[in-house]
Amino acid sequence: MTTRARVSPPAALARRGRLEVEGLAKTYRGKRRTFEAVRDLTFTVEAGELACVVGPSGAGKTTLLRCIAGLLPPSAGAVRLGGEPVLAPPPGMAVVFQEYARSLFPWLTVAQNVELPLRQKKLPKAARHGLVERSLAAVGLADVPGAHPWQLSGGMQQRVAIARALAYEPDVLLMDEPFAAVDAQTRAELEDLTRSLWHELRMTVLFVTHDIDEAVYLGEQVLVLSASPTVVLDSVAVDLPARREQLATRALPRFAELRAEVFTLIQRAKTYHTAPPAGEARA
Amino acid sequence: MTWYPHRRIRAVPDGLLGPLGLLLCAGLLEAAPRLGLVPAAYLPPLSETAAALADEAAGGAFWSALADTLRGWGYGLAVAAAAGVGLGLVIGGAAPLRRVTASTIEFLRPIPSVALVPLAVLLYGTGQTSTLLLVVYASVWPVLLQVLAGVRDVDPVARDTAAGFRLSWWLRLRHLVWPTTLPFLMTGLRLAASVALILAVTAQLVIGAPGLGREIARAQAANAVDRMYALVVVTGLLGVAVNAGARALERRVLFWHASVRKEAAA
Ligand SMILES: Nc1ncnc2c1ncn2[C@@H]1O[C@H](COP(=O)(O)OP(=O)(O)OP(=O)(O)O)[C@@H](O)[C@H]1O
Ligand SMILES: [Mg+2]
Repeated sequence: MTTRARVSPPAALARRGRLEVEGLAKTYRGKRRTFEAVRDLTFTVEAGELACVVGPSGAGKTTLLRCIAGLLPPSAGAVRLGGEPVLAPPPGMAVVFQEYARSLFPWLTVAQNVELPLRQKKLPKAARHGLVERSLAAVGLADVPGAHPWQLSGGMQQRVAIARALAYEPDVLLMDEPFAAVDAQTRAELEDLTRSLWHELRMTVLFVTHDIDEAVYLGEQVLVLSASPTVVLDSVAVDLPARREQLATRALPRFAELRAEVFTLIQRAKTYHTAPPAGEARA
Repeated sequence: MTWYPHRRIRAVPDGLLGPLGLLLCAGLLEAAPRLGLVPAAYLPPLSETAAALADEAAGGAFWSALADTLRGWGYGLAVAAAAGVGLGLVIGGAAPLRRVTASTIEFLRPIPSVALVPLAVLLYGTGQTSTLLLVVYASVWPVLLQVLAGVRDVDPVARDTAAGFRLSWWLRLRHLVWPTTLPFLMTGLRLAASVALILAVTAQLVIGAPGLGREIARAQAANAVDRMYALVVVTGLLGVAVNAGARALERRVLFWHASVRKEAAA
């Protein structure tokens, strides 16, 4: 094989993985109702950063993610990945959806599910199989490549979806409430898996959740969204140690402080449009 | 105390209820003509029908008629399936095309295939091709409509997944749209298979194209009532076989579908 190795020098990665969202707005226009879901979102996720987005249910988190992924055209504003405007699903971006059962194809085996996007990339067979094997091993599913997704537990299915995204070798990984439907234990495991994979691969990760603890535990930055029509309320930098550990990290006084800070912001988020802070004129 | 009336029936195991019913029916068909409840000239006892069937099976004419019927059924079904799938995927894949064709389909579909008998005779005379035309016309609709429904049923999350990974048109068709459509197609094929058999026999009966239908008409004309019933029983058995075959195929092809899945070790 003569393709160049995918070892990314920091400069190249900085170009490729930087995610910019500028003045993004989305209004759904139906026959019967128009709904302004997202009003004005501007933020940047640096290349190789793990950022979390929290917001109340219905805040437009999924809408935002689909716009970033190029799956939904925004009404206004722009998304740029590595400096390039995103108008359709860009190369180098992978999405992990909340509904893993619907995102995996039940007629394919686990290995075939992971392999399918690689076939689009026109990788030779040996390279594909190597990637499938390695990414399944990375999520701890080396022993079930021949199973079908519906024969696995929910947590395992979401691991398959993560393995599929990893095998794709994305510069940016988008995750939409990926662990909302699994039990607490599995959730903790998958959170740690996400952190360790991110450590290892250093891709940009945008992690959407409605869980404040999860956002603080996982992120380097937490973006807090208001209720819809959505704006960015604030961005909280998470200055916790890089190596996180479920019990110890969550027991840190700093964790509690950050958690409280985000919590207060979320409380404000819910009433942001109905009760504006004094002195702030409403448009 | 609660009393479950349906419990009493459970004295006979479930698996035996079907054969038991058949046996009762056979007994009735044997007894009724013998007891004079129905004139034996119109409904001979079952044993005589069975004997006539054995006679038939010994002769070559029966087998070639059976082969003609199966051929008309099989070819017709194959053409209908290919046309239904092709048209369905193309029309279903493009929303404007779907809207343009919807009214035409709704108009053509309810035309009973039998109403096309004169046309078939005009075009192809009383040969096999007439049978084929009627069979194809009747059985293309269930396939087409089911494929159209299937193509529309692609899960939005799966669609987003495929789009997000930038899968090509071909990979999407092969690995997303086609498997999503398969359960619908299987239902369509099962319906089409039955309809095709009905039309194959009808065409032979009405037009006189070669096959079991024509043999039935001839037996009736020759007043060979037992032979006629023997042939009717054969067409019935064919219908049962077609349905069983379609169901078996469905279970094989749709092993991953929620309605078929069984627990299997990974
Ligand atoms: N296709 C659509 N057409 C019209 N309105 C929509 C559409 N999709 C979403 N919405 C509306 O936009 C708002 C935001 O939806 P979205 O799914 O983005 O929220 P979310 O933050 O992901 O919520 P959750 O936390 O419950 O997943 C909701 O009020 C929803 O009703
Ligand atoms: Mg959502």
